[in-house]
Amino acid sequence: MAKTLPSVDVVTVGVGWTGGIVAAECAKAGLKVVGLERGQKRGTEDYLNVHDEYRYAIRYDLMQNLSKETVSFRNDRNMKALPMRQLGSFLLGEGLGGSGTHWNGMTYRFLPYDFQIKTLTDKRYGPNKLGPDYLIQDWGLTYDQLEPYFDKFEKTAGISGDDKNKFSGKRSNPYPTPPMKKTPMLAQFEKAAANLKLTPYMVPSANVSEVYKNPDGETINACQYCGFCERFGCEYGAKSSAEITVVPTALKTGNFDLRFNSNVVEILKQGNKATGVRYIDTVSGEEFIQPANAVVLTSYVFNNAKLLMVSDIGERYDPTTGKGTLGRNYCYQILPGAAGFFEEQYNTFMGAGSLGMCIDDYNGDNFDHSDLDFIHGGNIALTQTGTRPIGSNPTPPDTPTWGPEFKKQSIYYYTRSFGIGAQGASMPHKQNYLSLDPTYKDAYGLPLMQLTYNFTGQDRALHKYISARAADIMKEMGAKTIVPNAEITDYNIVPYQTTHNTGGTVMSLTPEQGVVNNYLQHWDVDNLFAVSAGNFAHNSGYNPTGTLGALAYRCAEGVIKYSQSGGSLV
Amino acid sequence: MSSDKNNVSRRDFLKTTGIAAGTLVGGGLIGGLVGYNIHGKGTSTLEHGGHETTNEATGSPKAKMFFRNERDFSILSKATERIFPEDDLGPGAIGLDVPYFIDHQLAGNYGSNSKEYMQGPFDVGAPTQGYQSRLTRAEIFRQGIQKMEDEAQKRYKKSFNDIDGKQMDEILTAFQKGDIEMVGVTSAFFFALLRAATLEGAYSDPMYGGNRNMDGWRMKGFPGHQMAYITQIEDAKFQKIEPNPLGNH
Repeated sequence: MAKTLPSVDVVTVGVGWTGGIVAAECAKAGLKVVGLERGQKRGTEDYLNVHDEYRYAIRYDLMQNLSKETVSFRNDRNMKALPMRQLGSFLLGEGLGGSGTHWNGMTYRFLPYDFQIKTLTDKRYGPNKLGPDYLIQDWGLTYDQLEPYFDKFEKTAGISGDDKNKFSGKRSNPYPTPPMKKTPMLAQFEKAAANLKLTPYMVPSANVSEVYKNPDGETINACQYCGFCERFGCEYGAKSSAEITVVPTALKTGNFDLRFNSNVVEILKQGNKATGVRYIDTVSGEEFIQPANAVVLTSYVFNNAKLLMVSDIGERYDPTTGKGTLGRNYCYQILPGAAGFFEEQYNTFMGAGSLGMCIDDYNGDNFDHSDLDFIHGGNIALTQTGTRPIGSNPTPPDTPTWGPEFKKQSIYYYTRSFGIGAQGASMPHKQNYLSLDPTYKDAYGLPLMQLTYNFTGQDRALHKYISARAADIMKEMGAKTIVPNAEITDYNIVPYQTTHNTGGTVMSLTPEQGVVNNYLQHWDVDNLFAVSAGNFAHNSGYNPTGTLGALAYRCAEGVIKYSQSGGSLV
Repeated sequence: MSSDKNNVSRRDFLKTTGIAAGTLVGGGLIGGLVGYNIHGKGTSTLEHGGHETTNEATGSPKAKMFFRNERDFSILSKATERIFPEDDLGPGAIGLDVPYFIDHQLAGNYGSNSKEYMQGPFDVGAPTQGYQSRLTRAEIFRQGIQKMEDEAQKRYKKSFNDIDGKQMDEILTAFQKGDIEMVGVTSAFFFALLRAATLEGAYSDPMYGGNRNMDGWRMKGFPGHQMAYITQIEDAKFQKIEPNPLGNH
């Protein structure tokens, strides 16, 4: 029998960026908050030996243990979904800070176009640009409405940037810290882009460029460019994450009770109110009920959607009828780009997760799509994240994959090659969605989240076009050999691509179009909130965390408002 | 033995660096020297961890945790050497102790798939769905190595250990193409695992038993664990930095 604990004002499910932000804001406002984290406590002191490519980047020490829980996957409804048995395409987080611990720290704001994509696309290209199989929709909030929350997140995280992007939405303030250092590789990209009449700017970075004290009084240290960001925690406390910013802020108030090894398995409900959550202590095996006046789902995309589905809250999407919103609009990202092989040697092993220069000239609707068979585009960047020897074995085309020639070429080009990559936007399609798997279960007996996904015609066209643009820049940079990324075919869950999964619990203007309103409050259950990149109605051509951080601040405001007034906030 | 040649280069290394065995205290070289002593058949009293060995020597990673016989370990060693051979740049997989690295990994969490979802039902699925075997990596390696031996016997009536390099490459290529019949897994998957594990052993921190003397890193120009590059990051000149292992942290 589950043991029922004393009720609190707010319970959050997961304590990463979103759970940390909601906890900090609510606790500062005087609400009693419980944060349930299924993983363990961790912080800067635990990253002392983090410069270990094998342990962290190859064997995924900071990531979700798939023996307990994973997702199942199929390309389309005619296939049998099978479990993702080992990590590959995306790296799910676990533990305090979630996937925001092992991120690179690139912190963009989505474009004004993104938030009104349906209206603006129809206006410029007519109503049938993409055809009826694509479910693009406005988000229910404009860029201007979200701007103060973007500003707040950037200040909390101390983002470093240069304000030179002419395509950016209006900013109320400059970046809180100056841009990162410009390395020779970056300067070469900048020059090439400028020669091509493009608009290069420094990647906005949560690898903070100087020691910074945020408005909550938390200190973030200066980045040392050690080359270990992605898949690693920061041993310097120089990469913004929940565990060095919002979590300590929440704890200082005395109103935040943070519980580890607490895996939530159900949202409890009576009538149209959530009453709390049921969770399992993963160490003792005991079951607890945590009653709360407001329940906030703050875990990753897949788990937020899954908890709603297993708790039978909301109508699940049915691709046959098109009815239901829960699980709809699942999107990923498309990765166009070009590799370049040079004669000169670069210090490729130095770097930082967000050290880079980029352009938005081919992102959003910043270029004319009239004669193109796709919409949107992608941010094209050269990043110097610090390549490591196991993961980086670049060879020119036609080199064998093993043996003497492989060894020679991969060693030679380790410091003589790099890629220009883009994050291509992903548009929702009727046949791409999340549901519950009928066969496979997690360690707690719940169905796995099932992912039905494939690349679409829009994706293929976008990929081809943007790869060619990346190759143009690479050519201007003087590469000896240029290899544009091969055209994409079917989505494959095996190779790592990006952890920018979105959709499934979409934010919307009306209950017919999504799961939550623009306070991230559930349309059907007004004391239930769900915030994650699952709220994105499509995925833009950027890293998601900046926009996600903004939505988390918006959500926190909603929870506080709800605690005062009750009812629907819109 | 194929490792004899490597011992010569180790001796040369000791000569050229002016370091005599037995006089070293502390630092990242200890592991490398101990490895040398144990590896050198009949050249050292430290062989098989003799009683007079130092603590460092008895703690040497050069013992087998997973493999049970020399034949299999030797097949693994030779296969990894074909994938990552010794050349004028420096040692190959054997010289870097990659086979020991793989042996240790197979004996641990990697070999038992402790962080993978291993619940049934098992189904072959589409290539886009990835790894769907009921076998652990340890089981796949055991079977794969036996199949390499079987294939050598079938094709050349000899042990894999006794065929020449070109013949080994032919067999490895057949595995890579998925042409060899295996149970519960494709030979292409086994080959991909073997290739990946070889590179992991060549380039991971030496504490895992491979990348001996950090020569994998040295060949590639990767400086291993460095605290910071903040003073060099803007420098246009390529920086040659002597690698540093985590053990020096």
